[in-house]
Amino acid sequence: MHAIIDRKDLDFLLFDVLKIEEFSSYERYSDHDREVYTATIQTAYDIAADKFLTHYVKADQNEPHLIDGKVKLIPEIGEAHEEYIGAGFLSAGRDYDDDGTQLPFVIQTACNALFTGANVSSFGYLGLSQGNASLIDAYGDDEQKRLYMEPIYDGLYSGTMCLSEPQAGSSLADIKTKAIPTEEGHYKIDGAKMWISAGDHELTENIIHLVLARIDGAPEGSKGISLFIVPKYRVQENGEIGDFNDVTLAGLNHKMGHRGITNCFLKFGEQGDCHGYLVGEANSGLRYMFHMMNHARIAVGCSAIMLGYAGYLYSLEYAKERLQGRALSKGKDPSSPPVPIIKHADVKRMLLQQRSYVQGALALLLWAAKLEDQAKYSPMPGEQKKSAKLLALVTPVVKSWSSEYCLKANELALQILGGYGYTREYICEQLYRDNRLNPIHEGTTGIQGLTLLGNQVPADGGKAFFELLEEIQSTIHTAEQHENLKLYAQLLAEYSGLLKEVSIKLIGAMSNGDLEKALCNSSLYLDSFGLVTVGWMWLKQAVTLHEQKSAPYDEDFFNGKLHTCAYFFNYEMVRIPTQCEILSKMDHTIIDMQENWF
Amino acid sequence: MKILVPVKRVIDYNVKVRVKADNTGVELANVKMSMNPFDEIAVEEALRIKEAGNAEEIIVVSIGPAQAQETLRTALAMGADRAILVKTDDLVEPLAVAKILKAIVAEETPELVILGKQAIDDDCNQTGQMLAALLEWPQGTFASEVKLGEGTVNVTREVDGGLETVKLTLPAVVTADLRLNEPRYASLPNIMKAKRKPLDTKEPSDYGVDTARRLTTLKVEEPAKRASGIIVENIAELVTKLRDEAGVI
Repeated sequence: MHAIIDRKDLDFLLFDVLKIEEFSSYERYSDHDREVYTATIQTAYDIAADKFLTHYVKADQNEPHLIDGKVKLIPEIGEAHEEYIGAGFLSAGRDYDDDGTQLPFVIQTACNALFTGANVSSFGYLGLSQGNASLIDAYGDDEQKRLYMEPIYDGLYSGTMCLSEPQAGSSLADIKTKAIPTEEGHYKIDGAKMWISAGDHELTENIIHLVLARIDGAPEGSKGISLFIVPKYRVQENGEIGDFNDVTLAGLNHKMGHRGITNCFLKFGEQGDCHGYLVGEANSGLRYMFHMMNHARIAVGCSAIMLGYAGYLYSLEYAKERLQGRALSKGKDPSSPPVPIIKHADVKRMLLQQRSYVQGALALLLWAAKLEDQAKYSPMPGEQKKSAKLLALVTPVVKSWSSEYCLKANELALQILGGYGYTREYICEQLYRDNRLNPIHEGTTGIQGLTLLGNQVPADGGKAFFELLEEIQSTIHTAEQHENLKLYAQLLAEYSGLLKEVSIKLIGAMSNGDLEKALCNSSLYLDSFGLVTVGWMWLKQAVTLHEQKSAPYDEDFFNGKLHTCAYFFNYEMVRIPTQCEILSKMDHTIIDMQENWF
Repeated sequence: MKILVPVKRVIDYNVKVRVKADNTGVELANVKMSMNPFDEIAVEEALRIKEAGNAEEIIVVSIGPAQAQETLRTALAMGADRAILVKTDDLVEPLAVAKILKAIVAEETPELVILGKQAIDDDCNQTGQMLAALLEWPQGTFASEVKLGEGTVNVTREVDGGLETVKLTLPAVVTADLRLNEPRYASLPNIMKAKRKPLDTKEPSDYGVDTARRLTTLKVEEPAKRASGIIVENIAELVTKLRDEAGVI
C-alpha cells in the first residue's frame, strides 16, 4: 500500500504557512483550535488508511459491472462510505444546529485530500454528494432541502451532476435535454446525459441527479439553461421513496482509470415519465451549477495533487532501497558495491521535480481553500469580497496547473521504477492512469486557459489579478529581509512583473476585439500563471521557515524545503520569460496552421 | 460503576523507529506520537460496557508530559467522560505508574480498571499485573473477551495453549489484547464535545509517588540486520548448519 502524505508537510502548510489558527477570530470558528484540527485530520487519516487505501487496488481490478440491470460494486466501497459518513465528514461544514461541526473549508479540503489520496474512486461518490447537497442548500427551496438535501447529508441518498451530453461535453450551450412544464408543477425531463460519475449504483437507496436542461421555448445558448432536481426514485411528501422516476442506465463507460466509480450514460424519460423539479429561477441553471462546478474544480486539483503526492512518496522510498549502478565519484569501479539509485543525479532530479510540483500545488490548493473561508466568514472589512474574487481567479489554475504537473509527477515516479514501474505489480501505473483523467474532466485544460485569460483575469478591469500581484509583492518584501532568499525575491518580482505586463497587453487586445489572437495561447498563459503562483507558494514556504522562530524545524525538513524552492526557481520558473515572450507578441503560428495542411 | 482506563502516549506505530546516535534511547524529537494501540482497545471496551448500560462513567488517565493531554483528548473524543493528566517529564517505570494508579483508584473508586496489555514502546507488559498486586485485586490479563456478571467479570484470556476463561470478583484489573475489539474512530462531533469535557492536571507528588528510575539502561541498539540466505547442497549440510551455525538443534 502507498503512503498518502507527509504529515509534517501538511501541518507545516496549514499551521505555519497559512496560519489557520487565526480563524479563532472568526465567530463561526471560535470553538476550533489546533487541537481540534489535528484530531480531525487524524480521524480522517485513520479512516483513509484503514478503510479507503486498503481497497485501492482491488477496486481498480474489479470494475463495476451489471448484474440483472443493477450495478455491482465491491463491498469495501460501501463500508468505507459508512465510516466517512459515520464520523461526520459529509456534514462537517454545516452548522452545529444541523448536526455539523462548522469545520473550516480548508480543513475539510485537507481531510478530503487524505481520502482522495487513499482512494480517489471510492471517495468520488462522497465528493459528488457533498457538492450536490451544498448546491441544493444554496439555491433549493425549503421543500427541496427537506426531501433531497437532508437525506444526502444523512448518507441515505447520494448525488451527481449531469451536464454533458453525448453530442455536447465542453460545449454546454449546445445541450438538448428538454424540460416540459406540467400542470402539476413539476417538469417532464427528456434527454440523455453522458460521463455521469456515480450516475448509478446500489450504495444508497436513492440518487439525486442535478440535471441541466432547456425549458420549452427557452432562449438559445447558455442563457436558456435551467437546473432540475431529478431523483432516480420519486420521493413522496412524507419523505418515503416512491415510484421509479424513469432514469435509466443506458451503459457503463469503461475507463483507463478511476475504475472504482461508475461512469454512466443515463437516459431521462425514455418512457415519457421522468419528473424534474426546477431549482431557483428558470434559465439561471448554469450559474447555479457553477456553484457545484467550482467546488468540483478545486476537488479535481486536489485529487491530481494527492495522486502525484502518492507517486512521489512511493518512488522516493523505492529510490532509497533499489541498488543499481556505481557512483561516478568512485570511477564506476565494478568491484565497489552498487548504490541506491537515489544517489544518481537524474533520479534526484526526478524526485525534486515531483516534490516541487506536488508540494507547491498543495500549498496553492490549501491557500485557495482558505480563501473560501475568508470569503464567507472573515470579520475583516472588505476581505470577504476580495477573497471571493481571488478564489474565482485562481480556481482554473488550481484545477489545471495541478492536473498537468502532478500527472507529470506520476510519469516521473513511474520512470524512477523503470521496467517495474510499467508493470501492474507496482502502484505507479495505477496512480498515473487515475490521474490521467484530471486534465480532462470538469473543464479541460484548454477550457480552463480560456476561462482564466478570457474571463477571470479581465474581470472588473483586472482587479482580482492586481490584488493577487499585491499579495505576491508582500511576500517578496518579506523575503528580501532574508539574505539567502534575496535572489528568489528578485526573480519572483521579475517573473510576476512579466506576467503583469503580458496580462495587461492581452486584456487590451481582447477589449479591442482581437479575441482570436489574444486567446490562442491561453493554455500557455495558464502555465505561466501557474508557475508564478506556485513559485510564490515556494517562496512563502521559504519565508515561513525563516520566520517561525518559536518552533524551529529539524535540519532535514528545513533544508529539504529550501532546496526544493531553489529547484523550482532554478529549473522550472526559468520558462516564464520565454513563454511570456510568445504570449506578448501574440504569436499566431498555431492559428495560422490550416486544417488541410495537416 | 466507574471504569478507569489508563492510556499512554507512545511513538506512533507507523513510525520507523530510529536509535539515537549515542545509543541512549530512540529518537523522539519531531516524531509523531499517538495513543498506545492496546490502550485504544481498552478505551473501546470501557465504552462498550458503558453503552450496554453496565457503567456510568469512564475516567481516562495518562502519566506523562504535557503533550499527553492530546492522548487524553483522543480518549475523550472516543467517548470517555473525563480525564486526569499526571504530568511528569520523567521516564516513569511500570512500578511507579502502578503506584500512581493505585492512588487514583483510591480517590476515584472504580470497580474496573482496564489497561492495554502492554505499551508498544517498551513492551514491558507489567503495569496491569503490578497494579492488581498493589491493590490486592484479581486480574484477568490478555483479554480477548470481557463479560460482566453480577459483581463479577468473566475474562477470556489468550494463552499459549488457546483460550482460558477466568471469573473475577469485582473490583478487578483487566488488560486488553489485540483481538478484544476494534476501536472506533473519534467522530467530528465527539472531537468538539471532548473540548468541553473536564481534564484535571496533577503531578506524581500529589499522590506521594517517587518516580525516580530503578533501572539503568546500558545501551539501546538496532536489531542485527538479517543476513542473506544461502542454498544448501543436501539434507546433511542443512542439518550440520542448523546444529553448528544456527544452534537450533
